Amino acid sequence: MRYIPHTAEDVRQMLETVGVTSVDDLFAEIPSSLRLRRSLALGEPLAESELLKKIRRLAAQNATADTHASFLGGGAYNHFIPAVIDQLISRSEFYTAYTPYQPEISQGTLQAIYEYQTLICQLTGMDAANASMYDGASGCAEAVLMAVRATGRRRILLSSALHPEYLATVRTYCRYLDLDLIEVPCDAGGGTDGAALLRLLDDRTAALVSGYPNFFGVIEDLSAQAAAVHAVGGRLVTVVQEPIALGLLKSPGELGADIVVGEGQSFGIPLSYGGPYLGFFAVRQGDIRSMPGRLVGQTCDREGRRGFVLTLATREQHIRREKATSNICSNQGLCALMATIYLALLGKAGIREVAGHNLAKAEYAKGKIAALPGFSLPLSGTTFNEFVVEADEGAAVVLERLEKEGILGGIPLQRYFAGMDKRFLVCVTEQNSREEIDALVSALAGGKQ
Amino acid sequence: MKSLGTQGLILNEKLLFEHSDAGRKGYSLPRLDVPPARLPAALVREEVSGFPELSEVDVVRHFTRLSTWNYGVDSGFYPLGSCTMKYNPKVNEVAARTPGMAAAHPSTPDHLSQGALALMHDLQEALAEISGFPAVTLQPAAGAHGELAGMLMIRAWHEAQGNSRKKVLIPDTAHGTNPATAALCGYEVVPIASDGVLSAAAVAAAMGGEVAALMITNPNTLGLFEAQIREICQIIHDGGGLVYCDGANLNALMGIARPGDMGIDVMHFNLHKTFSTPHGGGGPGSGPVGVTAVLAPFLPVPVVVEEQGTYRLEVDRPLSIGRMKAFGGHFGIMVRAWAYIRSMGGEGLKRASEMAVLNANYIRARLEGTYHLPYTARSLHEVVFSDRDLGGNCHTLDLAKRLIDYGYHPPTIYFPLVVKGAIMIEPTETESKEVIDEFCDAMLSIAAEAGENPDLLHQAPKKTRVGRMDETGAARKPRLKWEK
Ligand SMILES: Cc1ncc(COP(=O)(O)O)c(C=O)c1O
Repeated sequence: MRYIPHTAEDVRQMLETVGVTSVDDLFAEIPSSLRLRRSLALGEPLAESELLKKIRRLAAQNATADTHASFLGGGAYNHFIPAVIDQLISRSEFYTAYTPYQPEISQGTLQAIYEYQTLICQLTGMDAANASMYDGASGCAEAVLMAVRATGRRRILLSSALHPEYLATVRTYCRYLDLDLIEVPCDAGGGTDGAALLRLLDDRTAALVSGYPNFFGVIEDLSAQAAAVHAVGGRLVTVVQEPIALGLLKSPGELGADIVVGEGQSFGIPLSYGGPYLGFFAVRQGDIRSMPGRLVGQTCDREGRRGFVLTLATREQHIRREKATSNICSNQGLCALMATIYLALLGKAGIREVAGHNLAKAEYAKGKIAALPGFSLPLSGTTFNEFVVEADEGAAVVLERLEKEGILGGIPLQRYFAGMDKRFLVCVTEQNSREEIDALVSALAGGKQ
Repeated sequence: MKSLGTQGLILNEKLLFEHSDAGRKGYSLPRLDVPPARLPAALVREEVSGFPELSEVDVVRHFTRLSTWNYGVDSGFYPLGSCTMKYNPKVNEVAARTPGMAAAHPSTPDHLSQGALALMHDLQEALAEISGFPAVTLQPAAGAHGELAGMLMIRAWHEAQGNSRKKVLIPDTAHGTNPATAALCGYEVVPIASDGVLSAAAVAAAMGGEVAALMITNPNTLGLFEAQIREICQIIHDGGGLVYCDGANLNALMGIARPGDMGIDVMHFNLHKTFSTPHGGGGPGSGPVGVTAVLAPFLPVPVVVEEQGTYRLEVDRPLSIGRMKAFGGHFGIMVRAWAYIRSMGGEGLKRASEMAVLNANYIRARLEGTYHLPYTARSLHEVVFSDRDLGGNCHTLDLAKRLIDYGYHPPTIYFPLVVKGAIMIEPTETESKEVIDEFCDAMLSIAAEAGENPDLLHQAPKKTRVGRMDETGAARKPRLKWEK
């Protein structure tokens, strides 16, 4: 029992001080009919060496970008993670701390979160950001709830070009809240259909929720959407599922978004088979008190020294309970720290250069694939680092063929959309070399011969 | 006075943005091996204004210095009640960083993710065995997220019976997330007074045809076992309701008693508490949920299923409440919890609960008489005192701040709300008698100081980088981001 320090003698002395004769006596309050009369069937404890052997054996059964050429995106992105990040977050003063309830001994966490809030505001063009949500999808659901609180309206328009798992998450959160969730269809470009949007907007509308870029990689016309939504007094919620794009794209704040949420995994956080990731959440000044989640604010101590504290906690569950803005308690503190370190390393020039590499590689791949017989790019909208491909022979057949050549070629859209059996979503990042992209293209072509 | 590590070198550090100098960079990219591409000019921003410009060494030194202002479990004793701050084994970190685990993309086809899925399935089974629930979902991202999943399942079950009950009973000892969760599910919260532990009679009096569920924490937030739990569940069930258990305090029960055997219908686990995964200064956590067979069809998707040694993520479940988030859950945290459970084995987990309870009772025995104990029923893994008997007009906050000068992270304070000036101490099993004796000595010596020299408490902490913060000012005029 290497994590438990008690010796038999310690136990004896402690029981004596407590005034009982056995450890079992400590549990006397638990009725004997409720006591477990057998051992837990969990096997023998493993030594550290055995455990590591087992985990490595399991890990070897997973395909990754080390074992395959990977073009998987769709809400989780294979970006390079600088070595500095893991070294710094492995400092146990960061990762073995709890939520910073005691500011005098948590200034490291608090200042880092303050810096994170600032970086997210700069990137999104917004006034205030919280200390993080669970992920992009649950952050999106919280944004919908916030728009409902802020406007007192119950109708939500959701772009059908949002990530389908985000849409599903919103539906789960709203299941019993008596809201009207309406999907806005896509146009031929792969963006939210502007004409349909105008038809669906009215003065009951709390918000339009759309992606930037959206699930199909397409860059939506946010300023037109903002103008249309604001004209009826609703909010524009922008969902950024690939925030590296914000290194190049105009910020959602500049284009008129009222609430900006998204997935921060791209900022130095491992893919880790789906989590933990990082939901970011930013709002305009007037909405600070109705946003969910934790906030860190700057203040000073009695001697006037600058310091940071958790603030505006009256919005939080531990004070007003059923009147709370949300039930979130634990957030993604360490992931927010990873993103802060990543963005600090990249800085002003780096975020733009990384975005530029993503765009260039994706455009190169798009050009090559579009030229292949039997393949087309069915959506005409401008994209960032992922795009939809249509294969005459069907997506499943093509992806299976690629897999045999050691390539994870994309996400079949049939998984989410009935009838899209010929389409798949391809993502190209700065991690994919030209050689790898050329191999993808020739493997795609291979089936034709 | 013993002083554990809060004196000495205190490093100063500016904000990231105040270090920035135009032209510095802390990253490198490979040469671009394809032609550059452009977006239409109308889409492109000028620059990310305000972003810092730093070299790698600037960044490393900045965060290393910041880290020295923090206190973590590896720094010392962290008796934060309800938060279960036990030691985080290092091998768990190595396991989670194994490249085949850390670099796996969530949209990889199931047949190429068998290692990850096998681990998730194994963890599901282990949690089922520990809790006594036949079905478990790993998807929720934290305890409160698990509560939401669980309460949504309860509501979905009621609706499936054509039954739209609107009320949820919650005892006054409940964690703040419980009522907030019930409200998120469209329920009206009805508080019940508990007198330390909840009595079956109080539940019977509150039960009625409008009540969908009871949310109870067991052991509760006073560290007490809800001894009438079986009767309470019976009353709720007889009235047509279901029972939710906040399982944040499961660390007291592993191998000893199983919530699933008590009549409870749904419970969440806090992997970051009970199963030793680190909290990271705010998270991430992970909040799996266990349910009875009746509720299993309502589990969120995806669910990991096994057929003849092959694993897959099942999404097509018609009664499911849907998704709680994108992808399968906090896999990296699952790997850590799995590693912990396998390192401990069944007997080890039981031993952990026994020693956690012994430690709490030992602290109770040493401090009782000096500190006021508002509830005298037998304690499990945590013990709640109050500040009633502290002299010199000293309160819980002053005690907490003085403990920092002695080198300890303070306990949870002012929670649960039913105890005025609450001091909630949870030592966990990973602390030795020696550590606990030193902590108790510090607590006793602070109680003496409160009577003799209360200013020591009112002025504390004195040995930290900063003193007590102006929190009122921070809330009145919020400054939430840096500006030049
Ligand atoms: C009793 C109790 N319930 C629920 C929670 C919520 O868990 P989490 O913070 O992981 O959302 C906590 C932790 O803060 C808790 O102590």
